[in-house]
Amino acid sequence: MAAAVLNGVTNGIASSSKIDSYLADESRFASIDKVLDRRGPWTVEEFVGGEGTKDFLRKQSKVLVIGAGGLGCEILQNLALTGFNDIHVIDMDTIDISNLNRQFLFRESDVGKSKAIVAAEFVMNRVPGVKVTPYHGKIQDHPTTFYQQFNIVVAGLDSISARRWINATLVQMAEEDEEQLKPLIDGGTEGFKGQARVILPTVTSCYECSIDMLTPPTAFPICTIANTPRLPEHCIEWASVLEWPKVHKEKKLDTDDPDHIEWLYQQASARAAQFKIEGVTWALTQGVVKNIIPAIASTNAIIAASCCNEALKIATAAAPYLNNYMMYVGNESVYTYTFEHEKRPECPVCGGESLIAEAKRDWTLERFIESLINRQDLQISKPSLSYSRGALFWPSPPDVYTATRPNLEKPLVDLLGEDEGIVVTDPALPVSVNISIKYV
Amino acid sequence: MTAAQLRVQKDLTELELPSTMTTNFPDPTDVLNFTLTITPDEGIYKGGVFRFTFNISGGYPHEPPKVRCTQKIYHPNLDLEGNVCLNILREDWKPVLNLSSVMIGIQYLFLEPNPDDPLNKEAAEDLRRNREGFIQNVKSSMRGGTVKGETFDRVLKA
Repeated sequence: MAAAVLNGVTNGIASSSKIDSYLADESRFASIDKVLDRRGPWTVEEFVGGEGTKDFLRKQSKVLVIGAGGLGCEILQNLALTGFNDIHVIDMDTIDISNLNRQFLFRESDVGKSKAIVAAEFVMNRVPGVKVTPYHGKIQDHPTTFYQQFNIVVAGLDSISARRWINATLVQMAEEDEEQLKPLIDGGTEGFKGQARVILPTVTSCYECSIDMLTPPTAFPICTIANTPRLPEHCIEWASVLEWPKVHKEKKLDTDDPDHIEWLYQQASARAAQFKIEGVTWALTQGVVKNIIPAIASTNAIIAASCCNEALKIATAAAPYLNNYMMYVGNESVYTYTFEHEKRPECPVCGGESLIAEAKRDWTLERFIESLINRQDLQISKPSLSYSRGALFWPSPPDVYTATRPNLEKPLVDLLGEDEGIVVTDPALPVSVNISIKYV
Repeated sequence: MTAAQLRVQKDLTELELPSTMTTNFPDPTDVLNFTLTITPDEGIYKGGVFRFTFNISGGYPHEPPKVRCTQKIYHPNLDLEGNVCLNILREDWKPVLNLSSVMIGIQYLFLEPNPDDPLNKEAAEDLRRNREGFIQNVKSSMRGGTVKGETFDRVLKA
């Protein structure tokens, strides 16, 4: 297929209609059909194959792509060319000129526009029959019901907090209803390194299970940046961590504001000159304060390809899917390793138990807590309870205790609605427990 | 509830603070922002009341809490703007650490000021060269006095 497209390009203008007719022809999926039409030596047991499978892939499945950046562009391209025809994409970002070297769905005239919207239009124009629905905004602004409509979620994010959020949301959905288990395929790259993983919420380890494996953000000792700078980065951190709050007081540093970066750059340059340090540049200043990691287009291509193959395998059962973590290390020759990251029993997101607690309509909160303490399956003695509006009752620290103690005497029905979830922690529990209340 | 909030609930409700430290929540519904008060019962800073603000972001515990001293105090490991030089608040932070580790770490700075990791260079130099003189300067600064041309906040117990 790639060769045919390439020929079209090299043959010049006349061939553009050739590409169109090729793409419009369903037989362009001939290669993929070979693995979907019949069983092979590695086909998984559940595999049925044939029209039903192809129909599910091309007509029924609905995929959500989170992120339309470096990984997102590759993922959208791959999914569309694999035969997924109902793709949704969400991204809060707008296109920056510096994206254009690798985010190939964007052109110079698109700078400033929504990544999701431009990417969706590009893919729809390029690949006939594919519907891409864009959402310009934050994933956190969509309710659980939004995520319920998809079969698979593929994430190409650059933010840990966004990953933690989507992971926690999908785990919670699966905990509440097994039917709502949505596989999450998470890709990530950092320079020559990358990873692809398959998360089956509540079944496999989740993103939060492996949070301890992440390298914490680079930080230099504050005493070094204050007194004995040796690196250009020390001068930049001095400007952003110490000088900015000193000079601008309450005004917060906005790392997206070029004027703010310029100020930091000037300060850092002066300090670097004073200490005879070379290498402070505008780009490095921006890189340090925004924690920019070099993005390499081909690493994105490798990781996105891996993620999309997993999406195809999960959607069709044509081959066993990744179990469950593939790391790719390209900066010391090439090394890849696939392993099963195990569930962490004390994971605050998926390790916690989820249970239903019955309560009588005339109970106070205190009576309800007593019933929790009496439960044999919990074995707790000093529980702290939170709900959607914050702390419901915490026995400590003293301030929070004083603020939440009046809740003890209130009728439970005034505090919590039917099916409203609460989170319980206790010194005796390694994890939190999600409890939904059922009034009897 | 976010994973950060869950972790903070676990950290805060299971804190076992010595009597020299108390937490204060200006808005008890916002457990991500609070103050810590330290009243050292031994060492050079005994008799003082020191306040720190804790600001916990959604990235916790991947990212450390942001901690600042709200007073201007004469200490080798604190600067005049309230920045704190404590390794686990920056370069040595790990998600397995918790709020308790940070609080204990800050209290330790008052028991054992560390002149080898200075943030206030004059104070560190003072401590290294002449411990007795440094102690006198600390006492005077805690009364709201002036040391080396800088006037400090009065932090003595009422």
